[in-house]
Amino acid sequence: MSQLAQRIEDTFPGACTKVVEWRGDLAVTVKPETLHDVARFLRDDPALRFDYIVHVSSVDWPDDEERFEVVYEVYSIRTRQRIRLKTRVPESDCIVDSLTDVWKGADFMEREVYDMMGIRFRNHPDLRRILMPDEYDEGYPLRKDFPLRGKGWRDTFEFLDEPSR
Amino acid sequence: MAQFEDQRTTVYKIDPEHPESETLPTLRTEELLLNMGPQHPSTHGVLKVILELEGERLVKSTPVMGFLHRGVEKLAEEGTYHQFIPHTDRLDYVCAMYNNFAYCRAVEKLMNITVPDRAEYLRTIVAEIQRIIGHQFWLGTQALDIGAMTVFFYCFRDREILLDWFDELCGARLTTSWYRIGGVERDFTPSLFAKLKQFLDYFPPKIDEYVIFLEKNRIWLARTKGVAVISAEDALSFGLSGPTLRGSGVDFDLRKYEPYSAYPKCEFSVPVGKNGDTYDRYWIRVQELYESVKIIRQCLEQIQDGPIMADVPSVTLPPKERVFTNLESMIQQFKLFSQGFNAPPGEIYCGTEAHKGELGFYIVSTGGGKPYRLKIRAPSFIHMGAFDHMSKGYMISDAVTIFGTYDIVMGECDR
Repeated sequence: MSQLAQRIEDTFPGACTKVVEWRGDLAVTVKPETLHDVARFLRDDPALRFDYIVHVSSVDWPDDEERFEVVYEVYSIRTRQRIRLKTRVPESDCIVDSLTDVWKGADFMEREVYDMMGIRFRNHPDLRRILMPDEYDEGYPLRKDFPLRGKGWRDTFEFLDEPSR
Repeated sequence: MAQFEDQRTTVYKIDPEHPESETLPTLRTEELLLNMGPQHPSTHGVLKVILELEGERLVKSTPVMGFLHRGVEKLAEEGTYHQFIPHTDRLDYVCAMYNNFAYCRAVEKLMNITVPDRAEYLRTIVAEIQRIIGHQFWLGTQALDIGAMTVFFYCFRDREILLDWFDELCGARLTTSWYRIGGVERDFTPSLFAKLKQFLDYFPPKIDEYVIFLEKNRIWLARTKGVAVISAEDALSFGLSGPTLRGSGVDFDLRKYEPYSAYPKCEFSVPVGKNGDTYDRYWIRVQELYESVKIIRQCLEQIQDGPIMADVPSVTLPPKERVFTNLESMIQQFKLFSQGFNAPPGEIYCGTEAHKGELGFYIVSTGGGKPYRLKIRAPSFIHMGAFDHMSKGYMISDAVTIFGTYDIVMGECDR
């Protein structure tokens, strides 16, 4: 286990459920209830200082019990290292603590995750759809059970008749 | 008409705290909501921003995005890795080469492929040319937004030379798709080398020319100095990258921090600003033009003969001439495009320093020929997240220059 993962495990005993190091990327999966504390620790600890947020993403694993995976990738300018912080939530309770108060940029990125995957964020200041239209109600496009062609919303578009064009 | 009369009477009222001023009516103020865009020439595409105004000052601005959303990330899950390269052209359509580069690098990291030396140099040269094009485009449009039209013409005149060069290289000016997983599509011809060398001699005096128009221009200075200031701490917290972050004094550049391609073999400096305002970001971009010329010069000196594609037949495409003459190569090409190669299960993130900022691809693979999940870290999208913070308190006319200072392209922002 890498030093960094060990450090998290020592500070938050039992928080890490999985640590993977592959192709030089370190990914640490933590329990959803400890996510916020771990994130704050990563940012504020003077030896780590993960101050730059890279991206927030999400992955859908429909066959798993804990269906959704929320992925935060952060970078430390001072120590020049990356860490991928992940957490898993079930579909019945897909809500995660928002990290907007830790990294301001998480605001838009979490909105995108909500828009595309339907994962909600607790204490998010403005959780609305961001890329899809506000009135869109056919679900969340990046879920695996959402068909590529959409669910028929496009068929309702009004087009001009051929002769009147 | 009656409505108008009503409104006019309510505008003036007596100030209750100063009854002595009964004869002097005070103006009633209220916040005004204004929709800017989506059809507005200075939003660089289809972007709408709801501006809350107090007089002419911006109190709050809410970007409304998604007008150009095409579901690229969903499309990626349906095609093979090779098939996604042309889709990346349409992300940041001004600078397609860098998107190709960032994507190919991510897949190479996933497949653990080492690219041959010559290909690395070719990639670096073209990437830096793309950076020049991107910065020229930015400088031209930003100056146009502010009102300096000549710079726009000068930038686009020189940009045209490079686009024609791209045309000769890969047959397209904008949607290039020249990079391939494991290498590049084709080598430079002697004519391309000659034209590039000619351009490198021609270009640096032209940068000075752009600068002459702007550096002592009072309008330019008034509209850029001290506008859209963001501190280094906030910029990092918002996830800003590229010149937008370096303007605030952080020297974060992936070409230096996580060297890739031929960058570690070249000597160049990373310009860093101090004040974090639009002017510093402009200055950085202009300095990067000089640095890009320097990098291309060094690459042209160091480049050696060799293969332009990694020799991993299970992943990389066979040379085009063999596909037309050799049955096995044709079958290989067909299989790679229709079924794809077998990627190992796992996940990677690979960031590349595009001219806008860190362009990253996060790929989750469960094995097989298609990505299970592909997430694009688009700098334009993330920069828009800081728009409200950076525009607060400035004049309504500055909103246009603040879009500009990010170098925003909506194709990438909405994906």
